[in-house]
Amino acid sequence: MAKTIIEKIWEQHVVYEEEGKPDLLYIDLHLLHEVTSPQAFEGLRLNNRKVRRPDLCFATMDHNVPTRNREQIKDVIARKQISTLQENCEEFGVPLANMDHPDQGIVHIIGPELGLTQPGKTIVCGDSHTSTHGAFGAIAFGIGTSEVEHVLSTQTLWQAKPKTMEIKVNGKLGYGVAAKDIILAIIAKFGIDMGTGYIVEYTGEAIRDLTMEERMTICNMSIEAGARAGLISPDETTVEFLRGRKHVPSGEAFEKEAARWKALASDEGAVYDKTVEISADEIEPFVTWGTNPSMGSGVSNNIPYTTDFTETSDQQAHEKALAYMGLEQGMPLEDIQISNVFIGSCTNARLSDLKTAAKVIEGKKVHANVTAIVVPGSQTVKKQAEQEGIDKIFLNAGFEWRESGCSMCLAMNEDVVPAGEHCASTSNRNFEGRQGTGARTHLMSPAMAAAAAIEGHIVDIRKFQVVNA
Amino acid sequence: MEPINEITSVVTPLNQKNVDTDQIISKEFLKRIERTGFGKYLFYHWRFDANDEPIKDFVLNDERYKDSTILVAHDNFGCGSSREHAPWAILDYGFRVVIAPSYADIFYNNCMKNGILPITLSVDEVESLLSKDSYDVAVNLEAQTVTGEDGVVYSFDIDPYQKQMLLNGWDEISLTFQYDEQITAYEQRQKAL
Repeated sequence: MAKTIIEKIWEQHVVYEEEGKPDLLYIDLHLLHEVTSPQAFEGLRLNNRKVRRPDLCFATMDHNVPTRNREQIKDVIARKQISTLQENCEEFGVPLANMDHPDQGIVHIIGPELGLTQPGKTIVCGDSHTSTHGAFGAIAFGIGTSEVEHVLSTQTLWQAKPKTMEIKVNGKLGYGVAAKDIILAIIAKFGIDMGTGYIVEYTGEAIRDLTMEERMTICNMSIEAGARAGLISPDETTVEFLRGRKHVPSGEAFEKEAARWKALASDEGAVYDKTVEISADEIEPFVTWGTNPSMGSGVSNNIPYTTDFTETSDQQAHEKALAYMGLEQGMPLEDIQISNVFIGSCTNARLSDLKTAAKVIEGKKVHANVTAIVVPGSQTVKKQAEQEGIDKIFLNAGFEWRESGCSMCLAMNEDVVPAGEHCASTSNRNFEGRQGTGARTHLMSPAMAAAAAIEGHIVDIRKFQVVNA
Repeated sequence: MEPINEITSVVTPLNQKNVDTDQIISKEFLKRIERTGFGKYLFYHWRFDANDEPIKDFVLNDERYKDSTILVAHDNFGCGSSREHAPWAILDYGFRVVIAPSYADIFYNNCMKNGILPITLSVDEVESLLSKDSYDVAVNLEAQTVTGEDGVVYSFDIDPYQKQMLLNGWDEISLTFQYDEQITAYEQRQKAL
């Protein structure tokens, strides 16, 4: 019988099944960071338990690390959280890319970079953007701290078999349209909770055409559509990305693995519990105007009117969002003034993202009203960018060039958008207060954020590139 | 975790959909390395203004609900970040039950691991609860019912496995250790591949 990749991976990982119970699922890779792990390690200590498979764990610090002046972390509580992770990893034998380690970076960027992320694996982390790793054809999902403790102790999780959903992106993307625009368009069209209870597989010509970096951007934001996990069947693009990486086998062993990976792809005629479709050619460069990722629109549009919504609860949410954002209904999106730009996060801080943004700003200056920062996703990305002179392009334009971490995506460290100010951000969440108390976030692609940095307001990258050609 | 079965309380009506975990517990409070003490930060930026003064029209600041142990909200409650600090804050503040038409998956699971009962009712039923002032209900997990002070009974579904976990307050890790043999066998099969 034809099977989806989701069913294939699931079946390979069931340790125990019994009627009336969730499946006991084996976990192949457990990524850890400083914010959601301390209470789990403490739980182990209190119960005199050990880590069952430290060799299947990998830890780094990313959420609250400073992106400059790292030698001395001023925030005492943040410093404690970081030293706690170091102590826990040492005590329990968990491999760690420490803050000064060349592999340090955002956990969802370094997993693929190191080749820890591989097709067919079950991957968990105490972070909802674990869905990123699904780009490789893995079942990867975020878990809470109690589940982190459960995986540390048993290398398994009790999981009810989720429903499967296919999101098919037909046709080819238009000029100036990025992977970020695809996922923002999907969320706007189908809703912030369309994926609740499902694992999503992205299919279709527009998805096949994407690079691995772009596929990661899409899968990363599956959770913003409510899906714990989103994945893409492995193909030649997947295999070539992984070839030669630190934690994948080499030589003949690699070819054998590659064949196994490709065989995981969903079979022709496999049946999903639900299928939705979207045409790539109807997708424009996207920006959000509201306080959740579904409150967005193509950049050429205006902010919707409250009366565009039929349900009272949606009208109330719309009014509340616009009040928080300090925006008027009916206003053209391109009229939104920007005073902060953040290029970074597990969504869009890989080398290709930085290159795309650099191309937009090369030879230009950041607008006088704008503070703009670039936070590479990892030390590896930072080093490669510096080798290619990309840091110079940003610095010459007036951007700040920082050390790697989650930074202004969630503003746990010092990188905060001031209250009331608007930020063009390549991150994944525009919730109230996400980038700082009272901060107003507009999600968009790296090219769009870069163009906004130059112009001081939201601009359509397609027009910007024509004018500046 | 503490077992849960019968809870009687006035319900706190938070009439909003898509309440994300960033609102439930804001990022500046995530640096603590303990599980406790998050209650005072629950919905912090909705409860308090820039001068840390209570915002009067926010429901958690309403005197009538100050001892409530049941929170009612609209669709897709707990969306966004996987931070378990959100249920920790809800529990530490004093809530034991949440009622909503739907929940984000990770948040729902996180409630279950902390002895918080997340009840799913229909949109109409939840809107009825949200429209009432100072309305008392009695929750009974064993019977899977919510009974209003006026005698209206709402029934809810819950996964039987999760129901047992909540009723007994079991530690899931101890339970899973009973399957150590199966886990080891799985690992050996994988090694042989």
